[in-house]
Amino acid sequence: MTDKLLQISKLDIALPEGSERDLAVEDLNIELSPGETLCIVGESGSGKSLTARALMGLLPAPHVRVKKGTITFCGEDLTQAAEPRMRQIRGSEISMIFQEPMTALNPVMTIGGQIDEVFRYHAEMSQSERRKRAIELLEDVQLPDPKQIMAAYPHELSGGQRQRAMIAMALALEPKILIADEPTTALDVTTQAQILKLISEMQAVHKSGVLFITHDFGVVADIADRVVVMQYGRVVETGTVDKVLNKPKHPYTKALIASVPSLIPRAPRPRSEQIVLSGDKIQKTFGGGKSFFGLGKPNRFVHAVKDVTLDLRSGETLGVVGESGSGKSTLARCIIRLLDSDSGNIMLDNIDIRALNRAEMRPFRTKIQMVFQDPFASLNPRIKVGQIISQGPIIQGESRQNAEARARELLEIVGLDERAFNRYPHEFSGGQRQRIGIARALALDPEILVADEPVSALDVSIQAQILELLDEIRESMNLSMLFITHDLRVAAQVCDRLAVMRYGEIVETGATGEIFKSPQHSYTRDLLAAVPGQKWDRKIAG
Amino acid sequence: MNRSSKIIRYVSRRLIQGIPIILAIVVLNFFLLNLAEGDAVDVLAGEAGSATPEYMEEMRKKFGLDKPLPVQLAVYLKNVIQLDLGYSFRHDMQVTELIIDRFWPTLILMVSTILLAVGFGVLLGLFAAINLNTWKDSMVSVFALITYATPLFWVGLMMIILFSIKNDWFPTSGMENSAMFYEGFERVKDIAHHLVLPTITLSLFYLALYTRMMRASMLEQYGQDYVITARAKGVSERRITFVHVLRNALLPVVTMAGVQVGALIGGSVIVESVFAWPGLGMLAFESLFARDLNLLLGIFLLSSALVVAVNLVVDVIYCFLDPRIEVN
Repeated sequence: MTDKLLQISKLDIALPEGSERDLAVEDLNIELSPGETLCIVGESGSGKSLTARALMGLLPAPHVRVKKGTITFCGEDLTQAAEPRMRQIRGSEISMIFQEPMTALNPVMTIGGQIDEVFRYHAEMSQSERRKRAIELLEDVQLPDPKQIMAAYPHELSGGQRQRAMIAMALALEPKILIADEPTTALDVTTQAQILKLISEMQAVHKSGVLFITHDFGVVADIADRVVVMQYGRVVETGTVDKVLNKPKHPYTKALIASVPSLIPRAPRPRSEQIVLSGDKIQKTFGGGKSFFGLGKPNRFVHAVKDVTLDLRSGETLGVVGESGSGKSTLARCIIRLLDSDSGNIMLDNIDIRALNRAEMRPFRTKIQMVFQDPFASLNPRIKVGQIISQGPIIQGESRQNAEARARELLEIVGLDERAFNRYPHEFSGGQRQRIGIARALALDPEILVADEPVSALDVSIQAQILELLDEIRESMNLSMLFITHDLRVAAQVCDRLAVMRYGEIVETGATGEIFKSPQHSYTRDLLAAVPGQKWDRKIAG
Repeated sequence: MNRSSKIIRYVSRRLIQGIPIILAIVVLNFFLLNLAEGDAVDVLAGEAGSATPEYMEEMRKKFGLDKPLPVQLAVYLKNVIQLDLGYSFRHDMQVTELIIDRFWPTLILMVSTILLAVGFGVLLGLFAAINLNTWKDSMVSVFALITYATPLFWVGLMMIILFSIKNDWFPTSGMENSAMFYEGFERVKDIAHHLVLPTITLSLFYLALYTRMMRASMLEQYGQDYVITARAKGVSERRITFVHVLRNALLPVVTMAGVQVGALIGGSVIVESVFAWPGLGMLAFESLFARDLNLLLGIFLLSSALVVAVNLVVDVIYCFLDPRIEVN
């Protein structure tokens, strides 16, 4: 009992009346020892983040509150602790890092100032001492030029640097427990690997217990000692990482693990030689324009897509993979003519669609359609689902009757009830909306589907369903697909060929299996090496 | 290049860019004003009671009103570039002299109004946000709603009745008691005494606006992630409010205040009329009816220059408040 840092027992967290369920977290029992990493895994809405907030006494009161149970931290029940005591504990004995390092830092305060606050509230130190200690901390988290970073504002740092600064802040007073709430979800895979390494190094030095909240089983496999799996506010399975990941008992855990895409590419499919779309030396730059009256310096210049040449064969899925800012989304938008590229050719049916004007482009719009990343932002909230789907064909000259009949058909194809036709997008979940988005894209009977991160906003089990749906549709409608993703696991399972992008350039193309087996470019090798959970994958594959 | 020299460069560039903007406004105003029927000669003749058409022609010739519009515009522009705003035949004075004379009262009124409206608006909004959903919050909201919905002129008249006639606390009109020939500090005190009612009247509407904006802005910022981070660091609620949230919440209020300075000049016409405040607003109002276009154009020119200048000041303030805004 005494050697446990933290013991949560029979914890119930109540949601406000009228919510989907009464309790956000129900009968939760968790233990954490010093130096241990406990991962809480679950999909969105499982109550994992609220558990962390409850621990910090940071539930959004009065709507959400601890109903019963105890949170014992070093022999003290935190649910009974008064606010001043909680404030003492927060930041010094239990500290926390968050998912989105941009919004989690105050945009108008320097990094130094924000780290300084921790000392100011918890330690008796002179100003120069505090400053010295803050610089040391920034050095510890391996930020370059700590003195300069002290005076920098959050927007001047990259995402990874911001998260390092957050970690420096959280570790400032060597807390006994570090709570990390999806700290790497918003980061690129190579940055994620660095941050995970940093957290485990820091943990080794400070012997703190880490409560790591994530939805990513790859990350769990790499860092966890023990795992707690949550669903709808209840713990469905607890155990050592080996037990939970390799011999899961609960059907939900089994299903979750089964839906994690494997890193081992699926068997290659027979490929057609017929090219349906080809891009030759596509260029796209942003900015660079002159300012008002030509006075002053020209604006910032970004070369988003640099000399990109690629071809898409009939019936295949070409994956474009890369980290954020690599230009993959811009490339997709150029190809579908949502953006005008600066130069190059985009050949569709032997016609360079790059050169077409708006009216000339219209008949070609039916041939190439897009599925967007964010299923919440990409559907107009004021238009009914049926209209969203049938609008495209109506614009193209189809009669309303036919278009609507086709829309109903499509809803069925993407696995939605026909009653969805007369509903608004907000009535659907994320996965269902993505199905609507796919139906909308299919309404014009396209030959080519451009999917821009279609599953990255979805939970892993939903992700698996959507990928399956895309696969089915591709088979039955003989679609060719350009699939943009940052997730190499997804790419391995979906794409026949891959194009790896960095800084607007394609650094490597080839069959998926080949690239995974023997990557040629050093960047591809770095990317592959950074994917979490590789040992686990190999273990499963035997 | 360091920040301050960057800002100096930015300001000088913006000032240069302001010149064509102001000239364009002058041209536009010139044609807009000439759309109205009648000219200064018609008004003068009408007031005199009788004037022969020949005499009117002669007057037009003397004032230069007989020439075609484009020529009149060219002459006017040429004069404006030489900083000569022309002559007001109505007042028998140089326009420049007249305007500058009336500019100071308006400036005093505007500055005190902005300070009062923004200052108290921010404080009240802050107060309401801190005491969210309590009776204090409701009181502020009700106050804001009432002042927001009450017409300016009515407030002015009621203030005069209440504070000048029923209780002889403040003077009813004018800017100073010229019969007393105050000098130095005594004069400042006298003007301040006269300033109270017009300032309160003019600022009430804006005060309500900024109060509501500040409250909403504070509440929005309270919901941001960085507030949770600060709480997770164990920072006190007091410091979260006054250090973290306040500065972020001020940004939209400052933007709004900058945009509204122009509207304030318009609003001051009513207040200056009600309180007989000898400012530009009243002068503009009079010269409009006298068809004194030279004077009117001069006032418009000064107002547009003022708006351009205030926008620049707001932008510079903004880049000190928000480090994400870069001047270049």
